[in-house]
Amino acid sequence: MSISKEEVEHIALLARLELSETEKELFARQLDQILEHAGKIEELDTKGVEPTAHALPVVNVFREDKVGKELDLEAALANAPDREDDSFGVPKI
Amino acid sequence: MTETNNIPGLLAKHGFEAVIGLEIHVELSTLSKMFCDSAVTFGEPPNTHVCPVCLGLPGTLPVVNRKAVDYCALIGLALGCEIADFTQFHRKNYFYPDMPKNYQISQFDLPLCSAGRVTVNVDDNKTDIRITRVHMEEDTGKLVHIGEGGRIAGAKYSLVDFNRAGTPLAEIVSEPDIRSSGEARAFLQKLRSILLHLGVSDCNMEEGSLRCDANVSLRPENSPKLGVKTEVKNMNSFRGLVRALDYEIVRQLELIQDGEAVKQETRHWDAARNITTSLRSKEEAHDYRYFADPDLVPLKLSREWVKKQEESLPELPDARQKRLISAFKVSEYDSRFLTQSKAHGDYFEQVMENFGDAKMAVNWIMGELSAHLNADNKEMAESPMQPERLAQLLTLVEDGSISGKMAKEVFSEMYETGKTAPEIVDDRGLKQISGDDELAVLVDQVIGENQTAVEEYRSGKKQALGFLVGQIMRLSKGQANPGKVNEILREKL
Repeated sequence: MSISKEEVEHIALLARLELSETEKELFARQLDQILEHAGKIEELDTKGVEPTAHALPVVNVFREDKVGKELDLEAALANAPDREDDSFGVPKI
Repeated sequence: MTETNNIPGLLAKHGFEAVIGLEIHVELSTLSKMFCDSAVTFGEPPNTHVCPVCLGLPGTLPVVNRKAVDYCALIGLALGCEIADFTQFHRKNYFYPDMPKNYQISQFDLPLCSAGRVTVNVDDNKTDIRITRVHMEEDTGKLVHIGEGGRIAGAKYSLVDFNRAGTPLAEIVSEPDIRSSGEARAFLQKLRSILLHLGVSDCNMEEGSLRCDANVSLRPENSPKLGVKTEVKNMNSFRGLVRALDYEIVRQLELIQDGEAVKQETRHWDAARNITTSLRSKEEAHDYRYFADPDLVPLKLSREWVKKQEESLPELPDARQKRLISAFKVSEYDSRFLTQSKAHGDYFEQVMENFGDAKMAVNWIMGELSAHLNADNKEMAESPMQPERLAQLLTLVEDGSISGKMAKEVFSEMYETGKTAPEIVDDRGLKQISGDDELAVLVDQVIGENQTAVEEYRSGKKQALGFLVGQIMRLSKGQANPGKVNEILREKL
């Protein structure tokens, strides 16, 4: 298993990360190590073992369809990096 | 671009067929959002129905709205799907400013409903469209692009309103079983009718509570292989769907004929310009890196629960169509008109509680009522004229109190003013004169004043009768019952 520089660049783009050449090499190596470690699990015989969907042994947590307390406008927009009137402002897409 | 209405014919001429699959997003009409208790609303001031969960603030925890799961299961059952006994939510990761978390909570390999089908009727041919899956997800916020006429391209910046973020959505995905824009339209109409009968969404396409994307490709006729597809988005009306698909099919055909390749891409339907345009998209755009959302535990759905959902299914369009045909003897065509929404069928049946002539009732609902509602941009459910009132009007026509022509005028006034038919007929003195004695007086007067015509009629000129009837109608200001006038006049001559 070996992660290429292109794969690191692809993953970085998806995560919107800007990496230096040194970082790309470093992360390629580190990702390799992580995958290799996780790959150890594949050595296990998992025939007949149910896939795990969640770490908690809990299912069916619901809420009833009721309207509760909402934030007021000023609180909702309090941390907006940019704001125009009552909306969040974002850079052009 | 080739102008033609017969796209399937054009394709067949060149040995091709279109392969279309639809993805339909339905906003569920729950009171609160999918994973938090902010209200589901439309048209409210921006960012007034939000909370830390739907704003994606750190440290918050989504909790599933039980009703939204019920609704999604109802949709699945109505479409003949299997309901999973184990289902879970995944994160669909991508960056877009209408999504505060930078992921959308959706479903991936374990959707709630799968493998259904819908039968649609196109030009009296029945076709089955298979349903791949129906899954649950959350809606995004709303973006307003500032500058350049509200278009993304060239906009200076955008504004985000998160009121819609987190609204429960059911996404219905069809198999690529659709072969023409006409079939696509019939499929979407049928689906809308089913959803309206279920009462799980208002399905208002203009307001975006029913949205449709399409995957479109061409292939040589009867070839088992699929061609390269494009995804067409932003078709927010039935008309838009048909036009966008026709445009895209012809565009692809012309590319193939010119020896060029169809590019796999997302295209945006521009209703103002009647074209699809390529959305600038990076190749990586579709790498969503789905993974199970650790904030949400899976759902284990018992068969008893599924059975309970099944038992709560209301009468659906196909069953209602059959019942209307057998109970009221309406035609197949009329039955389809009456089941296009629950409100249509309900309106008709309520008219029929107080009126006997089904054909006449359908004609008035399809004609006058629909015309008035369309002109007002209103849905059947919002009709200002109640079905009991229409039944009252139709009864006046049926018993000869007013003529059909007058009834149309009365209808308009009823629709505008909310007055009842008898009130308007009395106010305006429109009541048709049908009494023999009253009519006899009019007939005698006209005979006395028009001896020449009477002589002509008696000497064999039958056209003279029409002239005399016309005179009597004029004398009565149009209120005499023409059938009766004819009868009495013939007797007297």
